[in-house]
Order: sequence, then structure tokens, then C-alpha cells
Amino acid sequence: MERPIRVLVAKPGLDGHDRGAKVIARALRDAGMEVIYTGLRQTPEQIANAAIQEDVDCVAMSILSGAHNTLLPKVVHLLKEEGADDILVIGGGVIPDEDIPGLKEEGIQAVFTPGTPTQVTVDFIKSHVTPRA
Amino acid sequence: MDVKAKLLEGNKRAAARIITWIESGDPRGYECLKDLYAHAGHAYVIGITGPPGAGKSTLTDQLVKRIRKTGKKVSIIAVDPTSPFTGGAILGDRIRMNDLTSDAGVFIRSMGARGYLGGISEATAPAIKVLDIMGSDVIIVETVGVGQSEIDIVKHADTTVMVTVPGLGDDIQTIKAGIMEIGDVFVVNKADRDGAKRTVLELEAMLDFNGESPWRPPVLQAIAQQGKGIEVLIEAIEKHEQFLRESGVFEAHRRRNIKSEILELIKKAVMIRVNDHSETEQMLDAYVDQIAAHEQNPFTAAEQIMAHIQFK
Repeated sequence: MERPIRVLVAKPGLDGHDRGAKVIARALRDAGMEVIYTGLRQTPEQIANAAIQEDVDCVAMSILSGAHNTLLPKVVHLLKEEGADDILVIGGGVIPDEDIPGLKEEGIQAVFTPGTPTQVTVDFIKSHVTPRA
Repeated sequence: MDVKAKLLEGNKRAAARIITWIESGDPRGYECLKDLYAHAGHAYVIGITGPPGAGKSTLTDQLVKRIRKTGKKVSIIAVDPTSPFTGGAILGDRIRMNDLTSDAGVFIRSMGARGYLGGISEATAPAIKVLDIMGSDVIIVETVGVGQSEIDIVKHADTTVMVTVPGLGDDIQTIKAGIMEIGDVFVVNKADRDGAKRTVLELEAMLDFNGESPWRPPVLQAIAQQGKGIEVLIEAIEKHEQFLRESGVFEAHRRRNIKSEILELIKKAVMIRVNDHSETEQMLDAYVDQIAAHEQNPFTAAEQIMAHIQFK
């Protein structure tokens, strides 16, 4: 039995714009993935807890509030603390180009800014999730 | 330390991983359950079912918040539909359970139904056992939004709560067979809407028809979003549990459930044996040709294929 890729789509931070997250969620669904959608205003702790309980392969976070440099790395650290650093963490939203290298250094493996075709994100997840033993 | 020992200690990551194994048919999942099965049986299982949008997730959220005040550990399995075309799914039940995600005494797992039509998924029953072994006191299973005949939840829940809302149809809907027969407790949610009283009356009338039975399901009203009616619901569930335990029905149900679980596993094993049999595909194609040419029929074909496969 083939195991579908499981992705947690989360909105950290305080902005209420979830259109992008929903579009991504739908695209991943159509690519045959199981998307756990958690809704708005999640704390990094909530996101890490949900990722572990749902045993996801990938955490995809959409953020438009400007707090990405704080919140996204926090999730990576929390996952590491739980020994779940094999989970692929990616981000998307309004994120200035100059912030992207810093985020990648912190373990956010890709950042997709507005205008990215959803297929690019789908392909990235498919080719970068950690295969399981 | 291995995953089984971790599960016994209540480790959530271990539980999550074992559930994934079970869902994907990885033999390690059932291996864990085989070794640890004796540790299951402590948790009380509540099923929450009802049509899409009736408020099952919101009600579950409220219910769990109240139960948590008593200190009991709660696990939730929330099932949502899987796309029949892509195999993908959007599992959105967590949206209504945000506060619970920060509570260390709560475990939530979302599941895609993955082609299983009974309102839950094939892995739901074994996942209940995993969460039971992990040390949950209460396990709540929220089904997919159901229509009229997805009733598998009763095979796995001690108390089944049927959630409905006003205005879904006339009273003939309530006397049809299927979903309306399985509630141990009925909740008319969104009770501030027009027609709530009427829906309650129609449900009561349906239950009157059932005649004498040792448990008469109560029909409650709730406004889950405002947290109204939750205390009464908890009392009703507790009363039902008390009835089950005092009447001996509890034990009888669990025995019946074990039997149906074994039968389900046999059915699955038979299908795997049939699919794995080297000649099945070839025989199938041959019979399809014959049937298409009006020389054979599917009934005889099935009998002959079954006769051909060895079941040791």
C-alpha cells in the first residue's frame, strides 16, 4: 500500500490572510497528499505539537505578518527538540528576498513567495521529504 | 528505547508513528498491537457522528475542554473524506480544536477515510487501540460527515452521539433505517436556529416508535459554538456509560466488537490472498471475456476462482 505524503499547512502569527494557505492546501490535495489544515493564528508550539501528533512528512507555513524571522525558525527548533528534525519545513508568503538566506540557514528548506506556481511547491515537497525506513 | 516501550510510557510521537504504520499497511503496526494488546481496554470510547457541518468538531472541542477539567487524558481521532480521484485529502477538523493543541493531556490525530465507506477509516479501530495503550482515559472518534448509512462507528464506540441540526428534512427522514438508529444520545446542535424544537419533537417521536427498550436515548439541544448544552451532554454520556456497565451490555458490546474485528481482519486477509494469487488476474481476464461474450456469468466465475485459491 502506498503511503500518501502528509503535510501540515499552518498559519503562524497574527495575520488573518489564509487565501494562499488554502490554495496551497487544495493544490497538495489534488497532488494526492493528505493535508492537515490547522487554520489561523497558530503558535509555533501548536504547530510543532500538531506536526508530531499527525506524524507529517512536511510542515508548510504561510505567513504575511512580517514575523517570519522569529516564528519559522522557532518551529524548526521545537521539532528538533522533539527529535523530529527529519520533518521537511517550508515557508511561503510575503517574505523579502533578503530574509530568505537567513531562513534557510535556520532550517527552513524553501521559501515560496507570491507568484510561485503551486506545482513548484508540490514538486519540491515530493522530491525533498525524507524517505522513511 | 523501542517504540513499544515508548508507547506504554505515553509517548505521543511513538503513538503517532505506529498509527502511520497501521494506516499504510506497514506490518510493524500490527506487530506492536499484537505485543501490547493486553494493555488496551481501559479507555472509554465516544463516537461523534452526524451530517457535514452539523458541528461535530466544535462539539468535540467543547466536550474535550470540559472532560479535561476532570484531569482525564483525552485522545481524538478525526476522520475526513479522501478524494476518490487523487487519493488526497484536506483534513480540517483541527481548525475547531485549536486550544486543545496546546494541552499536553490531549492527542489529536486526523485521518483520511482512504476509500473506506463506513464513516471512519480502516485504520480507525486499530488506532483506537494504540491510543488506549498510550494511556488515554477517553477516546473520541469523530466520523466523516455522514449521510444515511455510514454506521461503522457503533462497532467501535461505547457511546455514540448523533449530532444533527434543524431543517434537514421532514420527519420521514427520522424513521428511515440506518444512521438515525445508532444514536445512544442525540444532540440537536445550532439550537438557536428556527425549527430546533420541531427537530427535537420529531426525534422524540421516532424514539417513541422504538417501543420498550432498556435505554431510551435522550434528545438534547446544544449551541456548541457558544458552549451551551455541553454539561448536559456530558451527563447523558455518563448516564449511558453507567447503564452499559450496570446492565452488562458493556461487556456484551465489547465481545461483539471483538468478534466483528476478527471477521473484518479475515475479510481483509482473504482479499489480500485473492489479489496476491498468481493466477487471479489471468482467471479474471478470462472470465471477463467469457461473460462479455454471454458465455458465462459473474456468480459462477466468483465461485470457481474461490475454489481455485487455496486457503490454508
